[in-house]
Amino acid sequence: MESSSISFPASSSLTTETRVLLSVKDLSVKFGEREVIHGLSCELRRGETLAVIGSNGSGKTVFLRALLGLLSCSGTIRWDESVTIGYVPQRVSLDRELPLRARDLLDAKARFLKYPRREIDHVAEVIGLSKALLDAPVSELSGGQFQKVLIAFALLGHPSVLLFDEPTTSLDGFSERQLYELLRKLKHLQHTSLIWVTHDLGIVSAYASRVLYLNPTGSRFGMPQDLLGEDVIEQLRSEPHHALGGR
Amino acid sequence: MGLQNTSYVYSIILALLFAISAGLIGSFSLMKRMLLAGDVVSHLALPGLGIALLLGINPLLGATATLMFGTVAIWDIQRQTGLATENIIGVVFAASLAIGACVTPKEDLVDALFGNFAPITLLSFLAGIVAVLFITLSLFRLKHGLVMTLFSEDLAIVTGVKLDAQNLYFLFLFSLTVLVGLRFMGTLLAASLIILPAAIARRFTNKMGNFFYDSSLISLACIIGGLIVTHWVFPKYGLGPITVLLASAAFMASVFSKRS
Repeated sequence: MESSSISFPASSSLTTETRVLLSVKDLSVKFGEREVIHGLSCELRRGETLAVIGSNGSGKTVFLRALLGLLSCSGTIRWDESVTIGYVPQRVSLDRELPLRARDLLDAKARFLKYPRREIDHVAEVIGLSKALLDAPVSELSGGQFQKVLIAFALLGHPSVLLFDEPTTSLDGFSERQLYELLRKLKHLQHTSLIWVTHDLGIVSAYASRVLYLNPTGSRFGMPQDLLGEDVIEQLRSEPHHALGGR
Repeated sequence: MGLQNTSYVYSIILALLFAISAGLIGSFSLMKRMLLAGDVVSHLALPGLGIALLLGINPLLGATATLMFGTVAIWDIQRQTGLATENIIGVVFAASLAIGACVTPKEDLVDALFGNFAPITLLSFLAGIVAVLFITLSLFRLKHGLVMTLFSEDLAIVTGVKLDAQNLYFLFLFSLTVLVGLRFMGTLLAASLIILPAAIARRFTNKMGNFFYDSSLISLACIIGGLIVTHWVFPKYGLGPITVLLASAAFMASVFSKRS
């Protein structure tokens, strides 16, 4: 890290319902001379869903990677000590010719973190991954099936915060709806918090309790109803990837 | 059994155990796509061997010193500069061979490069056993982090894998494996028994567990074949070259058998 600090401080005196799980202050990320994120501040409370939106190249993925400590940055990123994280990256450049199966990845995480291995079958069932798919070589999995493996990997161990970087890109409509339903359940039953990078404003209005809008001229953070004004929608409308339909 | 025979038995047992650990580390190296990088690591032993022979001390001590120093240096240069692996490998390969050729006494150069199957002392045998056990147990301990890293370094880091430490640990295990096999295979061929069995095993399995198992078995079969051939068929030739020839023939056979 350049001059940043990512820390896990002692629990605060806040109640569990209002506990701040993530606090970001004055976050900046530079690649060489180009500053992708400048002076960003936001926070995430338990059970909240934070949608991260913005045009291509605005720094959405960079923001997630900075939160995870995968990038050099400046500013403060403070995670609550109780937080456990599940992460689904936008893409994984896996060599599909390796002698690996989906089960190997899930098994590795379960053993590394000493979770009971029966959780693998449970998570796979929840996400709609059959045993045949779990045991198939990764070279035989489609993009959507592999995406489900990554989602199962993130869900393994009941993380308290899920970071999803456009996780539905490779999923079919049915699997996409299945994922939203699952996340809705997780939020209600386990108060799982979610940070979700998306281009789909329908998803934002349906699920997000907070929105972080990244823009080359500066970032904005707030409630969806306050932030998703005509100006933001107009700017995003010019982006070919944005779906503006509601759900 | 005479002392000489006992020492030969030590050598045979250690060669067989080396083969098993070479097969294991080779299967991980193939998946990490660092077989050739690892091969070059073995050449780092040559300058140390040469200097130790010049000074009249145990050649393996010299080899250990340059091998371990070089391993850390490669890891650190790559970590700090972000240079492509092949750039560092190219420089290290050429420099190690050149330094080794300059400092190694002419009469010892062939043995240093291609190995020499000779009796070993009980102390060397025990040290070898400890090294092989350490390599095998460490690989099983590292396995879960390594597997996650194969899928995605980011996912591994987020899960808690210390990537830099893991990479250094793996390189160290690779170097240790080379070190155990150095006396039998020489600096030029030691890594061959890490590379070839894994490459053969990969052609026949899509399952990771079978891959480790097959790679070790093939490696073991190659060195047993090498011991048999050099003892009864071509006693003039060294164990290293014959074993590598057998492994190469097995690889070609695997290519053609799969094709047919």
